[in-house]
Amino acid sequence: MSASVHDAGPASPPRMRWLSATLGAFNANKTSWVGLVIVVAVILAAAFAPLIAPHDPLEQDILSRLQPPHENYYLGTDYFGRDILSRLLYGARISLVIGVASTVIALVIGSLIGVLAGWYGGRFDVVVMQAMDILLAFPSLILGLILVAMLGPSMENITIAIALTSIPSFARIARAPTITVKERDFIEAGRALAFSDARIMARHILPNIFPEILVMGSLWLAAAIRTEASLAFIGLGVKPPIATWGGMIREGFENILDSYWLVLAPSLAILIIVFALNILGDGLRDAIDPKLKGER
Amino acid sequence: MGAFLVKRLGFAVVTLWAVLTLVFVVVRIVPGDPAQVILGDQADANAIAAMRTRLGLDAPLIEQYWTFLTGAIRGDWGVSLVTGRPVIQEILVVLPWTLELTIVSMLIGIAIGVPLGVWAAINRNRMPDYVTRIASLLGLSFPPFVSAIILLILFAIMLRWFPVISAGSGSLSAWFQAMALPALNLGLIMAAYITRVARSAMLEVMQEDYVRSARAKGVPWRVVVWRHALRNALIPIITIVGLYLGILIGNSVLTEIVFNRPGLGKLIVGALNQRDYTMLQGMMVIYTLIVVLVNIATDLTYALADPRVKLS
Repeated sequence: MSASVHDAGPASPPRMRWLSATLGAFNANKTSWVGLVIVVAVILAAAFAPLIAPHDPLEQDILSRLQPPHENYYLGTDYFGRDILSRLLYGARISLVIGVASTVIALVIGSLIGVLAGWYGGRFDVVVMQAMDILLAFPSLILGLILVAMLGPSMENITIAIALTSIPSFARIARAPTITVKERDFIEAGRALAFSDARIMARHILPNIFPEILVMGSLWLAAAIRTEASLAFIGLGVKPPIATWGGMIREGFENILDSYWLVLAPSLAILIIVFALNILGDGLRDAIDPKLKGER
Repeated sequence: MGAFLVKRLGFAVVTLWAVLTLVFVVVRIVPGDPAQVILGDQADANAIAAMRTRLGLDAPLIEQYWTFLTGAIRGDWGVSLVTGRPVIQEILVVLPWTLELTIVSMLIGIAIGVPLGVWAAINRNRMPDYVTRIASLLGLSFPPFVSAIILLILFAIMLRWFPVISAGSGSLSAWFQAMALPALNLGLIMAAYITRVARSAMLEVMQEDYVRSARAKGVPWRVVVWRHALRNALIPIITIVGLYLGILIGNSVLTEIVFNRPGLGKLIVGALNQRDYTMLQGMMVIYTLIVVLVNIATDLTYALADPRVKLS
């Protein structure tokens, strides 16, 4: 794709104005800042886990098994005497990596399918979207479960399974605005200038529908982290002894009657990151579509 | 109406066929021989060959596909590789448990979600609205097993109001004891989704002319809200309930595990752990069947809720 100066000619909607308006709206919504701060904090904690974790997440201290929280182990220890706080910090890495990777894969493939279906329309659109509807109809957790069980629980396979379950949603989200944008004048102008379909889609349609896709991305990231934890809880997570939040809850669940802090810490961790992402996504949605402000 | 039903049933058949084909293909393209996987690494060649015959994997692919499809239609989904009993029988034994849980949860979700959504909408941008919005956002952030565990810790372990294992039956009080926490867990999460949709649907409807007319001619405020407005906000609410039933059935898997309650969820996890391929195939078919039927029911409910909807 050649990027030349006149490329910006017929298309470019006032993107900079849009950006500042969005930032302004985002700013006006104080709660979305809370979401952003929490998400950034979790990302930093995960990134610097080796520096902040007080213990090795895999180190077993048999003499201090199942300890309640105290000054040496801030969140207590698990059945093998491993430090829960450290495992929590390292577990955040797995959640974030699988969550982000699967969301990005689903976002790219799903948007591509949706844009193509919306752009070409006709029979292609009907068949593709019908297939997406069938996939969408299937409970995503069950689909993910079966896929991971069949492919085997590795980090790549879990990522692929979660991505596959959310592709149809992104296709749906990308298709609708494509159909609307397709009719706008600047697309007509692009066609009049004999731009190729691929060029119009990539340079003129995509930037216009990107905000909506991005909002869904942040909400789906929350869903992906939830699904990964659910899979791990069922026993289809990244294999032990690697720390994952869902896996920690699974292990802790065996001792829930006498040591419930084992499940409480990772449970709250999942809840906090998912909640923060949802707040963030909600704020972004309000910012992008002022019409919807406070309506959803 | 008739034409609509035929069309929807047609789509249902196509969906089922697509899923069956997908199941058939997935089981066969997955790396590794199912017979080998079932018997483990140590199995000798004879045992694997025998298992392949038993699974019908030695027949030509087309023949396998045909046997699989016709069997599925006749309700012959093969026998469980673990228990040796027919798959359909195993599923039908636990299906009522999951359906019962799903229906009670749905009723709880609607009973809490709709009034809360309406309440938030009529108090837009005031305290009740803010509280409801934050609470519903929090509610839908809960992975269902996390909320289940928190309910379990609170009410079964700390307060001891309910049993830790929710599988009681017989008397009504035993049923209630066993049903309360799992249904509350799923119902509350569902209520969070319904609240948000009910709120935004109500906000939209409350701006309509007929709402203003009704108020202008002196219809009491309560009647305007609950009869005129809510009636017209029902369609999006029904849509989310229908869509959410699919999620609900998925979530019931996790809830059943936490509360140790029989149902499809425990069956599927057992089948996954024991690599019971025929059972998994059957479960995928039954899940698809449920989802497809729910979709048809949702469409039919539209017409009931709003006579303007023409089913064609």
